[in-house]
Amino acid sequence: MKLKSLLVGLGLLAGASIAQAEDPLKVGFVYVGPVGDLGWSYEHDLGRKGLEAHFGDKVETTFVENVEEGADSERVITQLAKAGNDLIFTTSFGFMNPTIKVAKRFPKVTFEHATGYKRSKNVGTYVLRTYEGRYVSGVTAGMMTKTNKIGYIASFPIPEVIRDINTIYMAAKTVNPDVEMKIVWVNTWYDPGKETDAANALMDQGVDILVQHTDSPAPLIAAEKRGMRAFGQASDMSQFAPEAHIFSVRDNWAPYYISIADAVMKGTWKPQDYWGGFKEEILTIESINPNLPADVKAKISETYAAVKSGEIKPFTGPITDNKGNLVVKAGYTLNDVELAQVNWYVEGIEGEIPR
Amino acid sequence: MDADLIVQILFAAIKTGTPLLFIALGEVICEKTGVLNLGQEGMMLMGAVVGFLAAYSTGNMGFGVIAAMLMGSIMSLIFAVLVLHVGANQVATGLALTIFGTGLSAFVGADYVGKTLQGFQPIAIPVLSDIPYLGRIIFNHDILVYFSFFMTGLLIFVVNKTRLGLTIKAVGENPNAANAIGIKVLKVRYLAVMFGGAMAGISGAYMSLVYTPMWVEGMTSGRGWIALALVVFASWRVGRIMLGAYLFGLASIMHLVLQGLGLSISPNLLAMLPYVATVVVMVIISADHFKEKLLAPRSLGKPFNPRNMA
Repeated sequence: MKLKSLLVGLGLLAGASIAQAEDPLKVGFVYVGPVGDLGWSYEHDLGRKGLEAHFGDKVETTFVENVEEGADSERVITQLAKAGNDLIFTTSFGFMNPTIKVAKRFPKVTFEHATGYKRSKNVGTYVLRTYEGRYVSGVTAGMMTKTNKIGYIASFPIPEVIRDINTIYMAAKTVNPDVEMKIVWVNTWYDPGKETDAANALMDQGVDILVQHTDSPAPLIAAEKRGMRAFGQASDMSQFAPEAHIFSVRDNWAPYYISIADAVMKGTWKPQDYWGGFKEEILTIESINPNLPADVKAKISETYAAVKSGEIKPFTGPITDNKGNLVVKAGYTLNDVELAQVNWYVEGIEGEIPR
Repeated sequence: MDADLIVQILFAAIKTGTPLLFIALGEVICEKTGVLNLGQEGMMLMGAVVGFLAAYSTGNMGFGVIAAMLMGSIMSLIFAVLVLHVGANQVATGLALTIFGTGLSAFVGADYVGKTLQGFQPIAIPVLSDIPYLGRIIFNHDILVYFSFFMTGLLIFVVNKTRLGLTIKAVGENPNAANAIGIKVLKVRYLAVMFGGAMAGISGAYMSLVYTPMWVEGMTSGRGWIALALVVFASWRVGRIMLGAYLFGLASIMHLVLQGLGLSISPNLLAMLPYVATVVVMVIISADHFKEKLLAPRSLGKPFNPRNMA
């Protein structure tokens, strides 16, 4: 008898709670690394938490971390779509084709793909103007290097990475004409062991400032150990290298995620090619190390302000590539579509982009 | 390339080769008694995560290393019970151990991702570290690297010069004969498997306490598998394992170094080097049809049941 009434009570409770909730917007996230990478995926997850904090129980979020780019990601995205998510954020370049494929099969689900360039009726893209952060990093690196060698730990030869390599070099060049770039491709977004190896290989060859396009703090830790300097990538990494850390360029996704979820709820969402940077405060500079010289600190804030206001646009011609072709005409600034297709090194960077 | 750079590359090759050396030393002893344990990667990951947890929460690095060795042994004990006692297939059980260890280590370490440690500091050995070039390459490492030198020497001695070495080889070559002269085959195999586990554990600890002093899911990225290839590469000889480990270490950093030097070889191609080296060595070895020369323990992978003997 008791048991029965208990069960009835439970049933009533369950019924009540179902009736109360007005169908929250279900939002799924796919991350390429672990949320604990303290870099790229970590920041996306902070964005997800920001979304939850903003909408409360009007949204319900789930995430899948450590998803390999390629076939595995297609399976994960399909699962999220099948699980009834209304909006799915796929947060790595390599999820581009799988996202487009899955989106075709789930036309009622809205997809948002980070850093890509393929869109469809229900797939929008959003890109960070990471090169704005790189510009400030490049100027700083150019001022601070004593060996005139900047090392770049590159992940994959995609436009975003190539664009950022070029920006670092062009920016450094504005303050230090003798600067040289050394680039090492590690073919991974996240492998602390390999990132450490790459950092050490670069420092062995005389590099004293490291820039990374991978997601773990390993290169910063390697720089700290050897008394060199490096920048934090994607999130505030100052805690890992109190001495070596110059500043971190942080990705701040929450405002974007909130605006997209809002649009989907109101039914006003349309696929767009969104680009955000300093101006939108989707990209920020964090924890400038107090141990930097005063003139460097001043130059950082000055450059930041100039990039933010649009006074400095890194990809303004004339720009020649390292094979001697004029790639950007004098006075012309690359638009977003063209920025997404950068596949050349600027003049002065040695070597070729791996294919 | 100047001398300084070469010194630094060789120094880095030793560092990169050390986790491979540890784990392969353990596996070679295990295989010499006739047991093939494919669970290396899983044991190594468990060693890495438990070593990190222990060192992080106590602040004592030595404690971390010991905890990692214990964890590796415990993992290998699971394997040993299954294959030695229950008589389960060694290959399948080993693979299961790797999958189990990969998942469990991710679960156990979830809260520790992104935390960092100071790590072991290098110790320059007086006098020896002053030898030009060689001193900087060999005698300027952290304590675990010296321990790996010591273990290599110890195992060369034990395997080749002692009664224990003979026992190990007898069990691996012909367990029935060994049993007939009163050697407790299963006991020897248990101990060898657990020794292998402990070495895999310390190899994992080297990754999470020294190499990149942090814990990250799957941070060993296939080194356990390379170690298995290394044992074949060394044709089951302890001394050659050390050589092989450093060659593998060298191959895996060379592609990064060459890129920095501006050689435009596809990094994908260069990253394949260690694996190509393994395949080439395997081909060279197996081209030799005199299998005895391979020195592969004859009972490798075969179960032994003393009750069938009576």
